[in-house]
Amino acid sequence: MTTPQIIVTFSGLLLSAFVAWFFWFAPRGRSHATAGTSGLQEASITVKGGYSPDFIVVKAGQPVRFTFTRQESASCSEQVIFSDFGQSAQLPEGEPVAIEFTPDKPGEYEFHCQMGMLRGKLLVE
Amino acid sequence: MVRDPVCGMEVDPASAFATRDFGGRTFYFCSENCVNQFEADPHKYAEDTDAPEKARSPLAGSVTTGYNPALTRTRVDIPVIGIDCISCVQTIERSIESVAGVDKATVSLANETATVEYDPSQAGLKELTGAIKSAGYRAGGAELRVGIGDLRCASCVGFIEDELRSTPGVIEATVNVGTQEAIVKYLPQAATLKQIEAAIESWGYKTRPAASDEPEDKTQQEHEREYRSLMAKFWFAAIVSIPVLVAAYPSFTPLLRNASETTLRWLWALSGFVTLPVLFWSGRGFFTGAWAALKHRSANMNTLIALGTGAAWLYSGVAVLAPQIFPEGTSEPFYDVVAVVIALVVLGQALELRAKGRTSEAIKKLMGLQAKTARVIRGGQEMDIPIEEVIVADLVQVRPGEKVPVDGEIVEGSSAVDESMITGESLPVSKKPGDEVIGATINKTGAFKFRATKVGKDTALAQIVKMVQEAQSSKAPIARLADVVSGYFVPAVMIIAILTFVVWFDFGPSPALIFALVTSVTVLIIACPCALGLATPMSLMVGIGKGAEHGILIRSGEALQTAQALNTVVLDKTGTITKGSPELTDVIVAGGGSGDELLRLAASVETVSEHPLAEAIVKGAKDRGLALVEPRDFEAIPGYGVTARVEDRRLALGNLKLMARLEIDAADLQAEATKLADDGKTPMFVAIDGQAAGVIAVADTVKEDSAQAIAAMHKMGLEVVMITGDNQRTAAAIARQVGIDRVLAEVLPEDKAYNVHLLQAEGKKVAMVGDGINDAPALAQADVGLAIGTGTDVAIEASDITLIRGSLMGVVTAMEVSRATMRNIKQNLVGAFVYNTMGVPIAAGVLFPFFGILLSPLLAGAAMAFSSVTVVSNANRLRAFKPRYSAA
Repeated sequence: MTTPQIIVTFSGLLLSAFVAWFFWFAPRGRSHATAGTSGLQEASITVKGGYSPDFIVVKAGQPVRFTFTRQESASCSEQVIFSDFGQSAQLPEGEPVAIEFTPDKPGEYEFHCQMGMLRGKLLVE
Repeated sequence: MVRDPVCGMEVDPASAFATRDFGGRTFYFCSENCVNQFEADPHKYAEDTDAPEKARSPLAGSVTTGYNPALTRTRVDIPVIGIDCISCVQTIERSIESVAGVDKATVSLANETATVEYDPSQAGLKELTGAIKSAGYRAGGAELRVGIGDLRCASCVGFIEDELRSTPGVIEATVNVGTQEAIVKYLPQAATLKQIEAAIESWGYKTRPAASDEPEDKTQQEHEREYRSLMAKFWFAAIVSIPVLVAAYPSFTPLLRNASETTLRWLWALSGFVTLPVLFWSGRGFFTGAWAALKHRSANMNTLIALGTGAAWLYSGVAVLAPQIFPEGTSEPFYDVVAVVIALVVLGQALELRAKGRTSEAIKKLMGLQAKTARVIRGGQEMDIPIEEVIVADLVQVRPGEKVPVDGEIVEGSSAVDESMITGESLPVSKKPGDEVIGATINKTGAFKFRATKVGKDTALAQIVKMVQEAQSSKAPIARLADVVSGYFVPAVMIIAILTFVVWFDFGPSPALIFALVTSVTVLIIACPCALGLATPMSLMVGIGKGAEHGILIRSGEALQTAQALNTVVLDKTGTITKGSPELTDVIVAGGGSGDELLRLAASVETVSEHPLAEAIVKGAKDRGLALVEPRDFEAIPGYGVTARVEDRRLALGNLKLMARLEIDAADLQAEATKLADDGKTPMFVAIDGQAAGVIAVADTVKEDSAQAIAAMHKMGLEVVMITGDNQRTAAAIARQVGIDRVLAEVLPEDKAYNVHLLQAEGKKVAMVGDGINDAPALAQADVGLAIGTGTDVAIEASDITLIRGSLMGVVTAMEVSRATMRNIKQNLVGAFVYNTMGVPIAAGVLFPFFGILLSPLLAGAAMAFSSVTVVSNANRLRAFKPRYSAA
């Protein structure tokens, strides 16, 4: 093996490991929904290439209201779906859209766009 | 504030558009238009400055609306929303009475109205409703949008508004020049749509339906915009691609064939320059999308395309600028890859967008069905009000050719109604008083009045739309694999691309760097996560929408998936196979002869009985046009039957035990009775004046198309089982009529679910079909529960699928829809998986060592662009679905 080959091989393997770590194993930030006085738990989510925040923690048995604002025109993210709760909404660009429901059972649920490319997690405690 | 002399609008002197001095006074104007009008004839406006003020004053009266100023006291009923206590009544009354000019206000808790007597010269509806509002309640009243044609002059706004406000019954009116509409708040019992339109037309304008009333589809508009932008980006990239391609393959162009290395390098540098805008304008979405995703530590299709084209462009740049750092023969650029791939993928996105728009057609169609206005009769007065204002118990008038606005029950008149848009039933259904009508259906022949029973989001249509939307966004279990895969897909492809580069660099033929770069870029470009992600949802969307068009509401993707795997259908007998209510079937007279006299006497006895069998006999007699009379000395003997006198004849009607009890010999009729019972009918003996006179039979008859539907199920390879609480004999008789082979009779209602469970234990996938009320546990126990809807009650909780039309044919269609949809989903999934699992390795060059085949990145770009278009187009094929078995 020549020196460039060795360098390329090593950096390739390192890069692969980094990709795997970066996308799959790195710890993610969590965001707690803020509970108002009425018991409604609220969170605002921006949709742009992904959901921010994309990990939301809420309490079970209390109604939640997630306000989504889509800030991109790609049709990919035009719908957000909470399939476990039978909730979905069209997100017109730049317009806040609220989704409301009450998660009863604790657990980890997913929300995503209609193609499953953008994903977020909802942790119900 | 001062008043614009032309239009009468209130103008802040500090911010007025213009001022003019005339006749020693200063005038302020709101717009250029008004200034011009003023200057054309200043005398007219200067003298008339107070005219709009006068017109506004109720004392002046109105020429167009016929308001009589001589009448100094007026009474008006204002609906008040949300009165819930006695004490609030007084609060509201006090609040209204505090308005100057009001003599008396009476608030009725029961009617939720405030009756106000007032002096219209001192107070208007606006003040009255304001008083209700300040008491903490909302005044009812309809809001209406009326479009105004060619409303250009801003100065006329004020005139129209004033005219509307002085129209009796109008609470508030605002005219918007921008949208060309008037928004009018009014009391529907005091003003009609016609009066409001007349007020506008009195100023010489034409009214039309408001534009904002049209179902405004934001998504569609956005799609249209996005499509145009994508196409512009595509054309730009495509045009740039042509010279770039020419420069990239000089040997194919006669002019460039013999060009020197230096010329080519200059051409390539130029290519690099012109592809830059392609990269950052046409391909901007890929880079911004990739960056945004990266910030979320996620990657998607954008990441792959951005990496692929970005790498190709950067490499090319270095190769052109500093060819000496590369080994001999590897310093060629790939600008063609950048331009062509971006052009193709953008085109693919545009086409996909177009195709996607069509997948949601069904729901759009459903939403467009709703009527806009309803003609209700309140307080004996007909009024047109927006459909949102219709309340339960409103009396609604529907004329031929009009849409039924909301759900309700006919109280007067009769007609044939086309319900095909809701139930899928193609023939118009005849309706008479007492029958249910469904909103959004079309009245064909006669006029009728009906009492609204469900409005707003409770109407059948609203529930259908909601259910379909929910189902369309649900998931089929089959999508789970694709879901898991697409979660890992993009980073995995990135890793494969890196490894491809390493392998080609280490072991590939010379020039290794070129091969390594081309293959890894090709891997990045060919992988199509979109196809995977789109495979299920697109087909589900079309399939569930298609079901709704045929009157079949599939609750979820899961129900749809399970439905295609069914092999046994359990049908409840009463109400499902049969009509669910007994009908008169046979009249047998002892010794022969006409049955009419016998029926007339027997039915007359039954007119006072409330037994369902009695009702069937009475109805049967009336249907034959027999005139019934009042019986005397009516006596019901529980467990036996009834006796009475009709026209001085002694009548007895009941079972054999009754005959024995009255010591009447009915032996001759027994054979007939047994035969009727064998056919599943309920025979009743009739005796007249102590003599056995005949037998009348009543039965729950099967629906017209039950036998046909069951035959279709058999043809589809389904085993059909009937379940009923009835006795074996009746059950067998019905089963024979409709062609069912397996009967579970004498099953108690609470045991139905257990019987379904037993069938499942035989290893069968069971569908249970019932009416959703008595059968709820069995519906829930079955793999798929299908509820046969009854009119407007579509949201039947226990069911997975609701058939809006009460026909068993719906079961067949439901299965067909689910089979067709699942087939489509499988095609899509298999296609997407095969495409990716084959495409990625081929792009990486696995075929190269054996066949010397290497995929061009240009081809990879084309393949990627069209794979997702193919998936969406395949889903769209479902739109052509036509039921085969149930069509007959």
